[in-house]
Amino acid sequence: MLTIHDIVEKLGLDVKAQGDLQKDVAGCYISDLLSDVMANSKDHDLWVTLQTHPNVVAVAVIKGISGVIITNNRTPEAETVKKAEMEKVTILTSPHSTFDIAGRLYQLLMSGSDK
Amino acid sequence: MASNRRTIEGCFQLMGGAFAGAGAASSELKTVLMSLGVPQGIVRRASIAAFEAEMNVIIHAVAGTLHYEVTPAKIHIDVTDMGPGIEDIDLAMQEGYSTAPDWVREMGWGAGMGLPNIKRNADAFKLDSVVGEGTTLEINIFLTEENYADNT
Ligand SMILES: Nc1ncnc2c1ncn2[C@@H]1O[C@H](COP(=O)(O)OP(=O)(O)OP(=O)(O)O)[C@@H](O)[C@H]1O
Ligand SMILES: [Mg+2]
Repeated sequence: MLTIHDIVEKLGLDVKAQGDLQKDVAGCYISDLLSDVMANSKDHDLWVTLQTHPNVVAVAVIKGISGVIITNNRTPEAETVKKAEMEKVTILTSPHSTFDIAGRLYQLLMSGSDK
Repeated sequence: MASNRRTIEGCFQLMGGAFAGAGAASSELKTVLMSLGVPQGIVRRASIAAFEAEMNVIIHAVAGTLHYEVTPAKIHIDVTDMGPGIEDIDLAMQEGYSTAPDWVREMGWGAGMGLPNIKRNADAFKLDSVVGEGTTLEINIFLTEENYADNT
């Protein structure tokens, strides 16, 4: 199974807050609606979103998210980074769009799953 | 063990609009449940329900309190607020119904999924409201002796 570290390398992501980079990535959930992520994400998912505020960290912790990828060149708020470091949640950023990141992740995670 | 019989409780003040502090109550509850050896699936259900309840006070009300109580029989969470109240509770329970203002929706809240999430994760759920006064929410998640394996 791929780890967050593998994903960071393969997608060239910036690490804004570092949790456990050796965490496994089981899948991915993409949504900018927080209650939707609360309902539908799964343990060890990556979460791809445009949201940058601190509530993202609280949702990630409760749901056991392995890491958060913020797309489209957005940066997490300073408070978000602080909270993420405290809670050991990995926050990553990319200049690419959610579509591009999703496409790459789909390839990586799907080819990883039939090994 | 005598400690098996104890009740652990906590109480938090919640303020409308105080988004940055959201999650304090649910994360303390989570820590308590994990220290009691409650299975992860149940801890997660309680955390989701408590967090969505906190958010609803922060988003929709003026001020409120969240109180939790954990016994060997159940996790009990009650949330009381002063605020606008809910006119039509059946409508509020429908997935997708939200009165959240635009700036709250831009943060990704206001999908109209919080109350359905709470209900789905609770074993018992009670929502009461008086328009112009406030709202009370009561959540119970039942535990069994094996699920409350406090072996400290
Ligand atoms: N404590 C409350 N006080 C007043 N109104 C409330 C309260 N909780 C919920 N409501 C009403 O019920 C509606 C539905 O609540 P629900 O939690 O399902 O969705 P939401 O909070 O609008 O969005 P989401 O939970 O997806 O962020 C709210 O939009 C609001 O009109
Ligand atoms: Mg809500």
